[in-house]
Amino acid sequence: MSYEELLDMKPYSLNREDKHRFLTNRLVELTMKHKEGCSEYSAILNSIGFRVDEIHSYEQLPFLPVRLFKELDLRSVNEENIVKTMTSSGTSGQAVSKIYLDRATASYQQKTMVKIVSEFTGTGRLPMIIVDCPSVVQNRQMFSARGAGILGFSILGSKKMYALDDDMKLNVDELKLFIENHKGERILLFGFTFMIWQHFYKELLRLKDEGITFDLSNAILIHGGGWKKLINESVSQEVFFKSMNDVCGLSDIHDYYGMVEQTGCIYMQCECGNLHASIYSDVIVRDPFDFSVCEKGKRGIIQVVSAIPESYPGHSLLTEDEGEIMGEDDCPCGRKGKYFRIFGRLKNAEIRGCSDIYAEMFNK
Amino acid sequence: MQKCSISNVPNAEHIEFMTGDICQLERVSDVCPRRPFDEEVMDFLNDVSKELLSGGIARGNTDVVTWAFWIRKSAMVQRQKEYQKSQGKSILWGRGVVFHIAPSNVPVNFAYSLAVGLITGNVNIVRIPSKHYEQVNLIVKAINKCLDKYQELQKYIFLVRYERDRSINDYFSWTADCRVVWGGDQTISDIRMSPIRARTTEITFADRFSIAVIDSDEYLQKVDKRQIAQNFYNDTYLTDQNACTSPRLVVWMGEKKEKAKKKFWEELHNVVMQKYEFQPIMGVDKMAKAYMAVTLEEGVSIASREDNLIYRVSCSKIITELAELKGECGFFWEYDCDDIMELKELCNDVRCQTVGYLGPKETIEPLLYSGIKGIDRVVPIGKTMDFDFIWDGYNLFERLTRTIQISI
Repeated sequence: MSYEELLDMKPYSLNREDKHRFLTNRLVELTMKHKEGCSEYSAILNSIGFRVDEIHSYEQLPFLPVRLFKELDLRSVNEENIVKTMTSSGTSGQAVSKIYLDRATASYQQKTMVKIVSEFTGTGRLPMIIVDCPSVVQNRQMFSARGAGILGFSILGSKKMYALDDDMKLNVDELKLFIENHKGERILLFGFTFMIWQHFYKELLRLKDEGITFDLSNAILIHGGGWKKLINESVSQEVFFKSMNDVCGLSDIHDYYGMVEQTGCIYMQCECGNLHASIYSDVIVRDPFDFSVCEKGKRGIIQVVSAIPESYPGHSLLTEDEGEIMGEDDCPCGRKGKYFRIFGRLKNAEIRGCSDIYAEMFNK
Repeated sequence: MQKCSISNVPNAEHIEFMTGDICQLERVSDVCPRRPFDEEVMDFLNDVSKELLSGGIARGNTDVVTWAFWIRKSAMVQRQKEYQKSQGKSILWGRGVVFHIAPSNVPVNFAYSLAVGLITGNVNIVRIPSKHYEQVNLIVKAINKCLDKYQELQKYIFLVRYERDRSINDYFSWTADCRVVWGGDQTISDIRMSPIRARTTEITFADRFSIAVIDSDEYLQKVDKRQIAQNFYNDTYLTDQNACTSPRLVVWMGEKKEKAKKKFWEELHNVVMQKYEFQPIMGVDKMAKAYMAVTLEEGVSIASREDNLIYRVSCSKIITELAELKGECGFFWEYDCDDIMELKELCNDVRCQTVGYLGPKETIEPLLYSGIKGIDRVVPIGKTMDFDFIWDGYNLFERLTRTIQISI
């Protein structure tokens, strides 16, 4: 079946059996497509003796460690069909993932994102405040994950403003005016969790002390990018929620889980605080010891599958995140599909040995 | 103890002395080097050994126990006899001051370096790892306790800790008559920023890789297969397969290769299952390595496995990239070999260090005599980590002494 058919369905509408059937078909199809189109992927499948006739469920399909997209150039279509290359936002010196998109894949990503997020924001565009600086989206040939996220979400905005300038300072006057102009309307706020905390929340808090306040009680905040930096500052999800609420009245707050290697299929946090898999993708938790599938409630390594990627073999990936499935089809919020939580990144291995290089990496 | 009011040592306040003090350190150049196997030095080391072995101080730290056995007087006297044989009329003497830079992730390595420096008659400044290890503490404590009785030897041992500091490295390097650098290529190139004097020699332990060669027929005849697995475990998993001596590639010789492999990996799996502390990311690391490996060349395949303890990647011909694409924590290349000379190109790499060997000696000899630049050691499986005066292709005993030629 084609991806367009899947796009016609509502993101959280399928129960386990139906979703399983759809996804298995599509993912097997993608596996064969990439085997055909990507020689590295084909070599990998051959090396493990992959046979498609043995696959009855997408849980049995091979998965690639996401790291491979940093080490290898993996694509399944000719170079001239690539319209966009996305990169992960690695810090300097680190290798970055390179994700090659053709027209169809890029368009699926965008459409999927809109379908998923609209479930939370409602159809129709909203005035949008992007809690970031404009320069992050300037180079459109090479998208960073941050830039790609912003551009992806921007499509949901009618009027848009960047809340920060390129020095990461809050545009106080502009923000004031924007909120004023859209009084009574629902506003969409979007940004990366740490940016929001560091450059938005902290500034609002400071301004509040000076008597300058902003009312965002009618807004919805969608944020992603992980909690690592905030955990270092001892800011938990609860603290984050409460602080945002206290400082500007925000209460409709949704985290999301996603990665540049599977852009589009984001996992939104529902009103009950759970991350949800839509019908376009799924999460499988694997036991680190033997990669067997973990039951509900058992902590393991997150594998993500996505029905989107046609131009690169990224439809089944093993992340380096730890998480657990909390349930399926029965979240009190009413959405179908698996719901889960993420505990964060797996620890680097502590390795003994003669060479000092590892130790120095740890010391830095 | 004398006071030294003003120190010439740069950033002296950043140096933590585990053994010795700044005053004595400043006068190291005035200390007389000694004759190798000096009685007092041997007695001292023997006391340290006793201290560690008695009362179970080192219990649970096999690496400390092994070191303690290595420095026993009886073992040293044995070595002394061997060296006297080759000495002839010439006189050997310590070179002077040796500056050792120990690696930060092999806890007892500093102690071997120190023991060799001492037994060859030198004054030793040892930079020990800044990471805190129980093993280091045990050894340092034993050394300090025993040093109380050996006042004279206090001038010969300085165990120091400092964060990376160029000026301190400069000072110690310039003071040294010999510099011993462990810790691989990066550490060597860092430390080489600090010049040494013209006559000063240097021993560097660069990044190396090692292999195992197993004759399948001989292996299948062995009765103690469990012990062999245990030995191989010690060669590899005990250091997360990240020691320069840990085999990365297992080469199978002989006729019954498949049968031998099956048994060998099965036995190893039992040991690993029982002993290895598996960390969740390791399976991901090994899978990523394996998948990268198979994209290198045709004919590379990954052995099926029950779990993530052992990853085996076999290649149908020796590819030189396998030296670079090294996995850790139980990631093995495998190669079926009919003629030992097929390894020539790989072993011609100067980085090729140890061969853990199980098989008849005659099989590997042609390779060793073929003019290759690699392979410094051929040792039984289980002995790749055994330290000796000959290490990494250097005769440390010879490198740390001066030979006074006497032809009168």
